[in-house]
Amino acid sequence: MPQFTDLLFYALAGLTLLFGFLTVLNPLSRSPVTSAMFLVLTILSMAGLFVLLHAFFLAAVQILVYAGAVMVVFLFVIMLLDLKEDERRHFNQVAVGLGGLSALAIAGTLVAAVVKSVPAVAPAGRLAEGETKALGRLLFESHILPFEILSLLLLVATVGAILITKKDLR
Amino acid sequence: MEAINYLSPTAQMILFSALKIGVVFGVVMTAVAYAVLVERKVSAWIQDRVGPNRAAPFFVDYLPVIGPFLVKLGIFQPAADGLKFLLKEDFTPSYVRKVYFWLAPAITVIPALLTIAVIPFGSNLGGQKMVIADLNVGILYTFGIVSLGVYGIVLAGYGSNSKYPFLGSIRSSAQMISYEIAMGMSVVPIFLLTESLNLGEIIRYQAEHGWMILKQPLAFVIFLIAAFAETNRLPFDLPESESELVGGYHTEYSSMKFALFFLGEYANMIASAAMMVTLFLGGWTLPFIDALNLPAGSLLLGLVHIGVFLAKMAFFMIVFIWVRWMLPRFRYDQLMDLGWRRFIPLALANIVVTAIVVALFNH
Amino acid sequence: MSTKVVDRAPLTFYERTYLPAILGGLKVTAKHFADTVFKGKSVTMQYPEERWVVPEGYRGAPYLVKDQDGATKCVSCQLCEFVCPPKAIRITPPGPEGRPADRANAEKMPREFEINMLRCIFCGMCQEVCPEEAIFLQKDYSITGENRESMIFNKEKLLSLGGTHAGIQKWKHKLEEAQAQESFPVETP
Repeated sequence: MPQFTDLLFYALAGLTLLFGFLTVLNPLSRSPVTSAMFLVLTILSMAGLFVLLHAFFLAAVQILVYAGAVMVVFLFVIMLLDLKEDERRHFNQVAVGLGGLSALAIAGTLVAAVVKSVPAVAPAGRLAEGETKALGRLLFESHILPFEILSLLLLVATVGAILITKKDLR
Repeated sequence: MEAINYLSPTAQMILFSALKIGVVFGVVMTAVAYAVLVERKVSAWIQDRVGPNRAAPFFVDYLPVIGPFLVKLGIFQPAADGLKFLLKEDFTPSYVRKVYFWLAPAITVIPALLTIAVIPFGSNLGGQKMVIADLNVGILYTFGIVSLGVYGIVLAGYGSNSKYPFLGSIRSSAQMISYEIAMGMSVVPIFLLTESLNLGEIIRYQAEHGWMILKQPLAFVIFLIAAFAETNRLPFDLPESESELVGGYHTEYSSMKFALFFLGEYANMIASAAMMVTLFLGGWTLPFIDALNLPAGSLLLGLVHIGVFLAKMAFFMIVFIWVRWMLPRFRYDQLMDLGWRRFIPLALANIVVTAIVVALFNH
Repeated sequence: MSTKVVDRAPLTFYERTYLPAILGGLKVTAKHFADTVFKGKSVTMQYPEERWVVPEGYRGAPYLVKDQDGATKCVSCQLCEFVCPPKAIRITPPGPEGRPADRANAEKMPREFEINMLRCIFCGMCQEVCPEEAIFLQKDYSITGENRESMIFNKEKLLSLGGTHAGIQKWKHKLEEAQAQESFPVETP
């Protein structure tokens, strides 16, 4: 049923964009918790897109890591900080400017990538069986260096976070 | 029955999936209702009490001996409880954040029920695999969905906009994140051994090579204890600890919304019991009997397999319930200490040791 | 310096695995479970069918009592109404045209005597203060009603619930005393 999957793709893609938009600019609510919840929904609909691509592993990890762990910590922090209404209405000019600039840069990169890309040809064989294994091989054989650099980066971040929580930095 | 053969494969798939979903949903709901009854009865017996023994529908009078006995066991109590929850006043306090307050109970129940979709609860029945969705990444799917369960509790605390639920939800989110890590790491050695993330494959491996609980006892212990923490059961029920937080995250809830939290907790228990059976106790298989160790050829054997699975699951449910009346609640720092400084290093060590053993002997 | 510091022995490794605590808990719960299920040693009282034995001197609901002849003992003095801490008692006196008391040696009896059982605190002050020994705290502890009105017990109900109290016959004794005094030989010096 190609039509059905196409329909699902457009629905999920639309939902992803809608939820992403509502995360940043929600006309109904300015509560940071609402934004966080819409971000969770964005992540979930992106996981749905991965499922449509038969990338079940990525979809599961997406939900597990981002929706299940990272966003919960986000919510945790938001709830503990308990931002007040007036504080949230205050905009820092520099931050807005820099934020706009980086948004533009990302958008530019995306547009350039889309323009340069050639329409993909569907892979001949389904990757469904042993797809996780293939991904693992790819990560640990062809892309071992970036993978290890990333893990080092995470380690440094963890150590840094622990260091910051120490009261007296000598 | 003949008419089924004329349907297209897609239509057959949809028909059978719907059938399986319906039956499994019904069984899980019944199991939840009766888990509550077992909990009440076992707790009563352990505390020298009698437990529910009054609920008696009109037709009991027509059952001579068995009727009063069933009433004494409280068999009709869950129905009465369900009816009571439906008829109670659904009270919404004025100060709550309405959207989240209404959303939270649903978000608690849905992940608990979704987890059951990938559990192979039997081999096959009339040519149909006894699993709703035979995913290749079944276990990852489960962990992903389970990790979403925390949102229900966090939003309940945030939506209730009062201090006890808030404290409960803060505690629960910290607790669930912590123990998810230990839980996720504890099952990695299983994949190292079985070389698959598919739950059906894991059961087949156990049928051939013996149950996982014998090969990975440490992983089993960590998983079991993390399951207690994930389902917010004693000794880790800090999110709702009655004696200090009134009711924790569901303090402000009443009627059917409260019932949904209740249902979510027990559905979570059932899901984790099913996961433990699948991962460590060989699922629907029984060793030493060939007919029970291989996928069923006949309808009767298929039913026996389902029975075996349910029996193992019931065993874990009893363990869950029994422990509640056995151990006192952990202190919060002890809980975190146990999770971060004991289980995570242990689970990591277990992964490393298993990986070395696998690398040495399998290649 | 009355504080005494008790050194706690550090837990051994075996104790820190929580295993002894878990095994101990299992033993205790299993024993109670077996006792209740197989030996029927539950402590539960099946309330409406089984009831506890009310001890002597129990302060239950206050009811009016009748004397040995079945006559109302209360003389409508309103002392109990006055002393009642939660103001649960309300007495309507007979007034000039009211019915006379239905026994001798009594001037009057109440036209209406009401106790609001929702207000009553079962303190026993009314019993303490009653000069006629007409009201007693009895053994009823489960007082229920469909609505608030039904929880206000009137004179008729109180009398029927209180029953006859033949043991204390204050006026009979007084009468005998008086009669004995009449025939008593008065010695005149």
